[in-house]
Amino acid sequence: MPATPAVPIIRVRGLTKRYGPQVVVDDVSVELAAGQTLVLLGPSGCGKTTLLKMLNRLVEPDAGTVEINGQDVRRQRPELLRRGMGYVIQQVGLLPHYSVAENVAVVPRLLGHVPAAIEARTQELLTRLHLPPERFAQRLPHELSGGQQQRVGLARALAADPPIVLLDEPFGALDPVVRAGIRRDFRELPELRGKTVVLVTHDVAEAFELADRILLLDAGRVQQLGTPRELLLRPANEFVRRFFAAERLPLQLRTLTLADLQPFLSEPPPPALHQLPAATSVQTALEQLTAANPEAAAVGPLMHAFHHALQAAIA
Amino acid sequence: MSFWSELLEFWRTQAGKLAEQTLQHIGLTAAAVLLAVALGVPLGLWLTRRPRWAPAVLGAAGVLQTVPSIALLGFLIPLLGIGAAPAIVALLLYSLLPIIRNTVTGIQGVSPAVVEAARGLGLTDAQVLRRVELPLALPVLMAGIRTAAVIGVGVATLAAYVAAGGLGEFIFGGIALNNPVMILAGALPAAALALAFDAALAAVQRLSVRRLPRVGAGLLVVLPLLGALYLLPGAAGKLRAGFSPEFVGRADGLPALRHAYGLRRLPSVVLAPALVYEAARAADVDVIDGYSTDGRIRAYGLLVLRDDRRVFPPYYAAPVLRPALLQAHPELGPVLNLLAGQLSDSAMTELNYRVDYRHEEPRAVAEAWLRRRGLWRRPRPARGGAATVRLGSKIFGEQYILAEMYAALIRGYTDLQVQTKTGLGGTTICFEALRAGAIDMYPEYTGTGLQVLLQPRPATLDSLGGRPAAVFDYVQREFGRRYGLQWLPPLGFNNTYALLMRRQQARQLGIGSLSELGAYLGR
Ligand SMILES: Nc1ncnc2c1ncn2[C@@H]1O[C@H](COP(=O)(O)OP(=O)(O)O)[C@@H](O)[C@H]1O
Ligand SMILES: [Mg+2]
Repeated sequence: MPATPAVPIIRVRGLTKRYGPQVVVDDVSVELAAGQTLVLLGPSGCGKTTLLKMLNRLVEPDAGTVEINGQDVRRQRPELLRRGMGYVIQQVGLLPHYSVAENVAVVPRLLGHVPAAIEARTQELLTRLHLPPERFAQRLPHELSGGQQQRVGLARALAADPPIVLLDEPFGALDPVVRAGIRRDFRELPELRGKTVVLVTHDVAEAFELADRILLLDAGRVQQLGTPRELLLRPANEFVRRFFAAERLPLQLRTLTLADLQPFLSEPPPPALHQLPAATSVQTALEQLTAANPEAAAVGPLMHAFHHALQAAIA
Repeated sequence: MSFWSELLEFWRTQAGKLAEQTLQHIGLTAAAVLLAVALGVPLGLWLTRRPRWAPAVLGAAGVLQTVPSIALLGFLIPLLGIGAAPAIVALLLYSLLPIIRNTVTGIQGVSPAVVEAARGLGLTDAQVLRRVELPLALPVLMAGIRTAAVIGVGVATLAAYVAAGGLGEFIFGGIALNNPVMILAGALPAAALALAFDAALAAVQRLSVRRLPRVGAGLLVVLPLLGALYLLPGAAGKLRAGFSPEFVGRADGLPALRHAYGLRRLPSVVLAPALVYEAARAADVDVIDGYSTDGRIRAYGLLVLRDDRRVFPPYYAAPVLRPALLQAHPELGPVLNLLAGQLSDSAMTELNYRVDYRHEEPRAVAEAWLRRRGLWRRPRPARGGAATVRLGSKIFGEQYILAEMYAALIRGYTDLQVQTKTGLGGTTICFEALRAGAIDMYPEYTGTGLQVLLQPRPATLDSLGGRPAAVFDYVQREFGRRYGLQWLPPLGFNNTYALLMRRQQARQLGIGSLSELGAYLGR
């Protein structure tokens, strides 16, 4: 897989931000092709939010440049730049005096869309995000649960159909079950198809689930930039290795596919695996096998092949 | 008549005045609050963008608020003259703090996340302010306006001190006259106004956040309209008068004057006593009330209009003393009487002018005058065992001068020692000190002895008819009978109420007496 996309829609070079003596973002460079999802990952306080806000000029860098579509953001009016980029902030930040529908309609209104189109778009988005408009459109934000508010925040960011979406821990402050559900909705949202997404999280599983590429930060410095697989299997340094240590096995199971295992499976492969596509993760394959109890015998050969495939991948 | 029926009667007879004052009061308050909003909200917004300045600006506004209102008006008079301008500016300065502070608090109270989200969505700074920060800060802002309005209604009573009208005219007139009915006649409507303003704004505040912007805009329309109420009445005339509240209210003041001289077409404003002379000097008003020997008459080039129908009671100055003093020291009587009939109104005005406006020592002024009149004698050398005469005086310049004159005479003409106890406050303190034997004598005025100390029945007053000799005979007789105190013959000047005009204008118009003033106005 090429490390550098051919046509970057976002190009960040040498981006640096200091607050007093503290270097919060330290010489970060990254490029992102249209339609890709980049996850900014790292421990709390490592500078993810600051880096994200420099993309839409909510924070001005001390050094370095941000180019969107080949144009330096400092040469654009900030509000016009922002109207072209969906933005979900960590604390949701719904306008408390606007109804749900009015919150969703903020950016389309700023852009001067016709009211009927705004109305239709709002209804569509709310429906898609499991907030039936007839029940939710006229409510005020304080009449919603935390999860519902985050969905409205997401709908608001997507309302004007921006080509780029910036998301700052959009599923934070949710309990794990709700979180997995809303994440699935998010991944399958047609509105997000083809969009360039920059997503901030400190949740490793979330990063692996959503990222094309991950930028792992520590104390403002890039520790590694690459695909989830690269970070997991070829950690660039000790920090990266330790960052994934706690969840290494589940991540490996989710990252390696049957295609990776193919060379190491005994001939003939267990028949139960024949029906599964080559892109199926080991984790999913295991779940399927154990669900069909009589075939649990295939687990042994599968784990054997997994072990060897891992050795090969890391070598 | 019961208190309440008296009050109702007052309102009934003064209905026109009450309506006019109420409208003026509303107008003043509304105009000031409007200006305070126009000034304070932008200032508050600016402070939220530049928080480093907030402590300084809020501190300054806070200090302004602690300046006593009457002092603030005093500072403003030289800059803005009298009338609505200083009143509105003073009100504005008092209203500023709650409005600035609540603007800052309100905006700072808006969740930073909401503001950041709004900016992140692409709202311009102006849009963030208009659509997010201001609407969300509005409840707090309205609370500030509400506070300002209530403070404003209260402070607007002081407008009466600078001829800006309002319900303070009744209140301060009532206070000056110690007339509770009159005080309440102004204070009750003022309190009702404060409650009404508060309730109206509270109703606005209770509206939902979404409707507030429209109401806020409505308020910006209504306030100037209310402010314009101030401009409504106000009769015009050939001359304009500025009177102290006491003069307007007391029976032997303006009402008696109007009755006797028919000064009907003389529109008047009410002013703080301290400001009346300044207003006349600055030609803000043409006719004022005052005291006939005040030093400012000379300093400001004013003329005392002759009271040719003797409406004002006579206030001739004369020493009051304990008879024991003259019995013990018979040589003192002729010495004290050296001053009898020696001081004319203009002479006393001149001496007061030196002390009050040239800030010369009362003692030096007194001795210089005695020298000029050939009454001065070098003090005799102190002799052991000589008795001491204790001289008292009230706490103002004219009394100090008189006390020093007597002291100099006693030292020069007798072997007695003198002790001056000047600054014994007002009339009652001097009088009680004399009765109790703490002092031996002090200068008093016949009118004061009559009206303040003896307080005879109206029939008796009528029988005296304001004739100086009759009044002097009466107080002399009654003081002896009731208190065992003695009046010596008067010094000659009459420090009574007077109407004053600028000398030049009076000459131009050919006005020298109150009758002539009445004739001029009636023409
Ligand atoms: N406006 C600011 N002023 C000073 N320090 C800041 C500011 N914003 C962020 N920081 C600091 O910068 C560091 C990175 O913050 P942030 O980007 O919010 O981290 P993350 O989103 O990764 O948790 C933190 O130590 C934070 O305290
Ligand atoms: Mg963050």
